[in-house]
Amino acid sequence: MTISRDDIIQTVGSPLIDNGNVKISCRDVNVYYGEKKAIKNVSVDIAEREITAFIGPSGCGKSTFLRCINRMNDTIKTCRVEGDITIDDENIYDRNLDPVLLRARIGMVFQKPNPFPKSIYQNVAYGPRIHGLARDKAELDEIVITSLQKAGLFNEVKDQLDQPGTSLSGGQQQRLCIARAISVQPEIILMDEPCSALDPIATAKIEELMEELHENFTIIIVTHSMQQAARVSQRTAFFHLGNLIEVNDTNTIFVNPDHKLTQDYISGRYG
Amino acid sequence: MNNNSHEARLALIKSKLKMRYAKEKIFKTLGIAAIVVALSMLVILFASIISTGYSAFQQTFIKLDITLEMEEIDPENTGDIEVMSRADYAGIVKSTLRQMFPDVKDRREKRDLYSIVSFGAAFQLRDMVMADPGIIGKTLTVWVPADDDLDMYMKGHIKAGEEGSGRIKEQKLEWINTLIDNGAIEKRFNTALFTNGDSREPELAGIWGAAVGSIYTMLVTLLLSFPLGVATAVYLEEFAPKNIWTDIIEVNINNLAAVPSIVFGLLGLAVFLNFFGLPRSAPIVGALVLTLMTLPTIIIASRASLLAVPPSIREGALGVGASKMQSVMHHVLPLALPGMLTGTIIGMARALGETAPLLMIGMVAFIVDIPTGIFDKATVLPVQIYLWADSPERAFMERTSAAIIVLLGFLLIMNAAAVILRKKFEQRW
Repeated sequence: MTISRDDIIQTVGSPLIDNGNVKISCRDVNVYYGEKKAIKNVSVDIAEREITAFIGPSGCGKSTFLRCINRMNDTIKTCRVEGDITIDDENIYDRNLDPVLLRARIGMVFQKPNPFPKSIYQNVAYGPRIHGLARDKAELDEIVITSLQKAGLFNEVKDQLDQPGTSLSGGQQQRLCIARAISVQPEIILMDEPCSALDPIATAKIEELMEELHENFTIIIVTHSMQQAARVSQRTAFFHLGNLIEVNDTNTIFVNPDHKLTQDYISGRYG
Repeated sequence: MNNNSHEARLALIKSKLKMRYAKEKIFKTLGIAAIVVALSMLVILFASIISTGYSAFQQTFIKLDITLEMEEIDPENTGDIEVMSRADYAGIVKSTLRQMFPDVKDRREKRDLYSIVSFGAAFQLRDMVMADPGIIGKTLTVWVPADDDLDMYMKGHIKAGEEGSGRIKEQKLEWINTLIDNGAIEKRFNTALFTNGDSREPELAGIWGAAVGSIYTMLVTLLLSFPLGVATAVYLEEFAPKNIWTDIIEVNINNLAAVPSIVFGLLGLAVFLNFFGLPRSAPIVGALVLTLMTLPTIIIASRASLLAVPPSIREGALGVGASKMQSVMHHVLPLALPGMLTGTIIGMARALGETAPLLMIGMVAFIVDIPTGIFDKATVLPVQIYLWADSPERAFMERTSAAIIVLLGFLLIMNAAAVILRKKFEQRW
């Protein structure tokens, strides 16, 4: 089955959640880069304290859609977002909503580990410091240590907190970025292919970490690896050429997909 | 594919391989040749400047045994500094010379005799008396600078009795030999070159006035152009919307960087001097003109180094909820700073060596006094070099080269500072 760039496809599966456990809800979201339409009429709910995986072939728009949720696309001058995205029933594209405040509620981990060229301590302390979350040095120390512990990095770096964050290995750097993201106690963590630059052992560590983190955070992960989506997520959304093709429980998607495109993709016929 | 064709293919590749290596070798040789040519040019430049200029760091001095008679300096014994400063010190020097060579009687001969020491000797005596009036009435041994012709002769730059140069006559030569025999002539370190302002007399001329003028001009240029340039670059690169206006601004900044410097000088003359009425020949005006000239360089270099900061750093900062301003100030700017400093130093080095625009605003004037502020009349090192290079006296030739050495020294210090600052602020990501 082939579809062209301009086709708009109705999402199948269960994109909307009716049991009330909804953290983020998106309705008729369209994203344009200049004239080009990158996301077409996407409506989907993201469940609270669950891991939702976005999968799909390169250029399908999954990262673009992820970046709409913390309004990171605002920084791209040609990018325009239409439709409604609400977090806890609050429209994040509302005129009065401050994107800086929004991003304090939504942590983000990027594809390439991007620690600041500062010490490990300063990397984690930066968020709490600019938001004024700590009243004194002791409280800040406390936040840094807890964040590093939650990110599973503390034991490896406890003696070298003043070393530059960039001196760590790739996997450690990515966990440092996770620690940085959770240091401001966000409600949601967005992960944009967090393991694509990492080796399998580092990847396993991050996946383990996600398992623990989803007890407290709503997590959305964009991934190229279907195995990873199958391993870590509770729900999976499949994107193709800007369309959201299918959303369902991860089990259902991988065992019994509704849409032919989904089936072709997960069975490795293209991608 | 059979064996034969396989071997044929290898042979074909092999036959081409030789040529490929030969090309590489030619390219390498050409590269090395280019470096050798460039380096030898540099060596020739330095060798010629230093070989002409090094002798200016020494100056010939003549020993005079001077008796400071009370009746010549302060005949009524008033003890008044005013009276002492008006005394005829040149006359004292002349009578001392007459005592040293009692045979000289003829008027013209006397005039020749007086001309072996510098005019500066009289000022030197006066300064000594002013500093300590107690020396009046005593006989002192004083080393005074020799006249520049004698100095040139002692350094071997001109010969006695030679056609054309002919300023050292037979008789003068006799006096010089007498002085040498008495140990009354000596080459010493030329302090005047580093402590005096400009002078008509080469033996009294120094670069300190021009150096101070350069320092004032550069300081003000730096204080104006660095913050302005960096702020402009940060705004254009990080905050400005991308539209036709910012495009126009960008094109024009690039155009400004290519404008000949003399045009900035004319602009300074028309705007700063004629319209705003700022003082002529002052470092403040020079600095304003050089700021205009340096700004585009700094802006372009700063924008390039901002652009080189990876976007992931900005995203990381925005991702934890930093505002645009915070992400720029806390993360982007520190990473871009080394590149900005390099651009600034390059611009400043160009400004330090700039002559043309300063001619337009009157910094080419003959200024003897050391400037004491940015509103004083002053000149700068490259203009001083230009002025001296234009002077007919042979002694100014070596002083020109000496001034060039000092200017190059300044440039070297600035570039070293740039390297040190860059190393200090460099952060890797």
